[in-house]
Amino acid sequence: MEGERNKTSVHKIWDLFASVKLAIVIFALISLTSIIGTVLEQRAEPAKNIQILTKLFGESLAPTMYNILEKLGFIDMYHAWWFVALLIILATNIIVCSLERLPKIWKVVKEPIQPMREEQLKKFAINREIVLKGKPDKVKDAVTGAIKGAGFNYTESKEEKGYQFYSQKGNYSRLGVYVTHFSILVILIGAIIGVFFGFNGHLNLPEGAMSNVAYSGREKVIPLGFDIRCDNFDVEFYGRSDMPKEYRSYLTVIKNGREVLKKSIAVNDPLTYEGITFYQASYGLIPENFGKGIFIFRVISRDGKISNLNLRFGDTFEILNTTISGKIIDLSPALKINEKGQVFTYANQMNNPAVYIDFSESGKHKYSGWLLKRYPETWQLPEGHRVEFIDYWGVEYTGLQVRKDPGVWVVYLGCITMSIGLYIAFFMSHRRLWVRIVEERNNTRVVIGATSNKNRAAFERKINKMLSLLSKRQEGGR
Amino acid sequence: MDSSFLFGISTMAYILAMIIYITYLAFKKTQIGITATTITIVGFVSQTLAIIMRWKEFYDLSQMGFLRSAPLTNLYESLIFFVWCLILAYLIVEFRFKNRSFGAFVTPVAGLALAFIDISGMTKEIQPLVPALQSNWLLAHVMMSFIAYATFALSFSTALMYLILTTERKNEGAYIFWTVTAGIFVIVLLAMGIDFLAFKVTVKRPEEFIKSFLFKASFLNPSTVVKMLSWTVASAMLFALWKYGSVLKRVIRAFNISDEILDEITYKSIAVGFPVFTLGGLIFGAIWADQAWGVYWSWDPKETWSLITWFVYAFYLHSRMIRGWRGKKVAIVAVIGFVAVIFTYIGVNLLLSGLHAYGGLE
Ligand code: HEM
Repeated sequence: MEGERNKTSVHKIWDLFASVKLAIVIFALISLTSIIGTVLEQRAEPAKNIQILTKLFGESLAPTMYNILEKLGFIDMYHAWWFVALLIILATNIIVCSLERLPKIWKVVKEPIQPMREEQLKKFAINREIVLKGKPDKVKDAVTGAIKGAGFNYTESKEEKGYQFYSQKGNYSRLGVYVTHFSILVILIGAIIGVFFGFNGHLNLPEGAMSNVAYSGREKVIPLGFDIRCDNFDVEFYGRSDMPKEYRSYLTVIKNGREVLKKSIAVNDPLTYEGITFYQASYGLIPENFGKGIFIFRVISRDGKISNLNLRFGDTFEILNTTISGKIIDLSPALKINEKGQVFTYANQMNNPAVYIDFSESGKHKYSGWLLKRYPETWQLPEGHRVEFIDYWGVEYTGLQVRKDPGVWVVYLGCITMSIGLYIAFFMSHRRLWVRIVEERNNTRVVIGATSNKNRAAFERKINKMLSLLSKRQEGGR
Repeated sequence: MDSSFLFGISTMAYILAMIIYITYLAFKKTQIGITATTITIVGFVSQTLAIIMRWKEFYDLSQMGFLRSAPLTNLYESLIFFVWCLILAYLIVEFRFKNRSFGAFVTPVAGLALAFIDISGMTKEIQPLVPALQSNWLLAHVMMSFIAYATFALSFSTALMYLILTTERKNEGAYIFWTVTAGIFVIVLLAMGIDFLAFKVTVKRPEEFIKSFLFKASFLNPSTVVKMLSWTVASAMLFALWKYGSVLKRVIRAFNISDEILDEITYKSIAVGFPVFTLGGLIFGAIWADQAWGVYWSWDPKETWSLITWFVYAFYLHSRMIRGWRGKKVAIVAVIGFVAVIFTYIGVNLLLSGLHAYGGLE
């Protein structure tokens, strides 16, 4: 008795997990709870969400609501135990449902197609009948030609007063749904691999600096197994606007003291080494380094002599073959000139670095002025010399997202599988076709029966075309 | 002739076509139907030309390669593309099913989208691309998402028609559902129209409109009188639609358009939209996010809403398999699916960003 009861309850659970009803309940639950998850800001400080709740429910209710939602895990809901449980139930549902149905579907797929009796053919959703001139042996070729023309390889069987041709196509397409379902499991597995064997960190690297670790969360240190160095960081803007066009970091990977890889990365164009990928994520100015950077100038004298200079704040340089020298006495990260010709600093990012240079000739003060990186016309000196301001290096850092996810390929594999599965499920169909030709008063009656598990209308059109070709050909042949 | 002139022509053509399709629905004269189709095609052709021209303008300006200059970079351009896909899908259905009566239900959606552009006064300027958007995946992602949205919009129209046709009693859940849904659509649009007339705003980003002006002339007006009046009028409209909804039914019934065809078109458009959305919307979106940010899935509100939309349509596909669920229940799910689409597309940027990023600053 006990065993019997157990069995039925196991059965009940099995049936529950095999049902499509459970699937749609899960779809609904995931959707509805996710809505709450998008309204609340995930993993944010309490104040932020209380503010949101205040807007929705008013001052007095908000703190209580917050406490309830926090207890239920909604502040980090996509990692909450019940959300993970929903995903596990979904996966189990898919597995059990497939196990339950696959054997039957497999039988349908593998079943060879059999000839049918005429009454059966007439019961099919698509059934047609026409009469052709001549005996079956004469029209046979025309009929089989039409079947082949429609793309079917047929089997032939001789019958009492004629023949029957039957054929099926796309029987494997019935598995498309299962390919789709399977792909969901693959994607979930890929995501799990990522959670357990990967990491997601960040690293702020000043220009010229090197690191062999990245950081995750609250300063958790992740060793990389190699060194990464930022050689340079650059922002390119659209024209003279402050709309960024490109962020670019020039990175070098150093393993065991040797430079093994050099690559410049930009948003949408990361660098990967030993499974660890570096993404361009952010950038910024290092305030305490600000006065300590290196000015990179290319000085071209009037007669074309070029010298490349690396200078520091307060340094003096000479223009080749002249007695003119310049001294760097001021700088700004982002300088603008207004209509009146006044200059001012408008941002504390390095949007448009500028240096103020005092020029003298043979020790006597001559003139002074701002050279702006984004305004080449400020580089020209009255005597025809040119001081090109190439870069102010060593004061910015590049913000890198550092990620290792060995599961990502599994996820992509799942995505490819899903695309294929969906294509099969929605755009292919299992079509079956029977054509029976019977002699009748020296003519031939052609009876067609056909089915398709999807998109019957298209198959019907195809069969109509086949028939009209057949009757046309006969008229022409006469 | 420039692209905005051609866009203007297509907008006018669609709105005109909407009126003519509705007239056609009322009088059933073939001549009127042909006129409606012709005008729709004229609108479609000029919109196609306009998109091509804008693409070229952007290409000349940005110098970033042909594919990356696709005019799909902001809300304005994506709405235009959405309308284009929708009209294309509709024309295909019209020719395939040889039935014009859907026109009266599809062209309003196109008209609404275009009206939304003008009402919200969003910027139509060509803007340079920020670095994160400079990806070929973006083109594939956005383009396919909008193709899917268009098919979903089509299924929304036919599912709504299905509900109108098949509901009988005024206390029936499905009847209340469609009258309320259709009513809210109309009311929201009217309220936005009033906002626009009241403020005559031109804003750079649609977010500004939503944050500062949306419903300020009606439901959110500082004056209690106006507020109360708006709610009263809205309730009255809902009530009227509920009370006289059967008039619409009679109009559609007058056409020999069967429930089965509507159900079939609803299913078929979703059957096309679902795979396209899965590949373009979710998978390509994930690949792009992976390239740009190093995470293929980060549960941000936009992503999550795409997933919600996806689950609603999975719900639709599977609920058809449950005995007793064919028909009205499934049609309701199809309508809800498109509401999720609208929210994914517009609501997330407008409403949730209003809640999140700028909260409390004003
Ligand atoms: C996110 C998860 C899922 C997705 C994306 C998905 C997708 C699909 C698709 C695209 C179809 C084909 C529908 C059609 O042809 O109209 C389908 C059919 C089906 N699905 Fe799912 N499915 C999911 C989960 C599930 C689950 C959990 C179950 C469990 C019961 C399930 C059971 C079925 C069944 C029984 C069919 C019909 C199979 C047939 O026609 O032979 N699905 N699914």
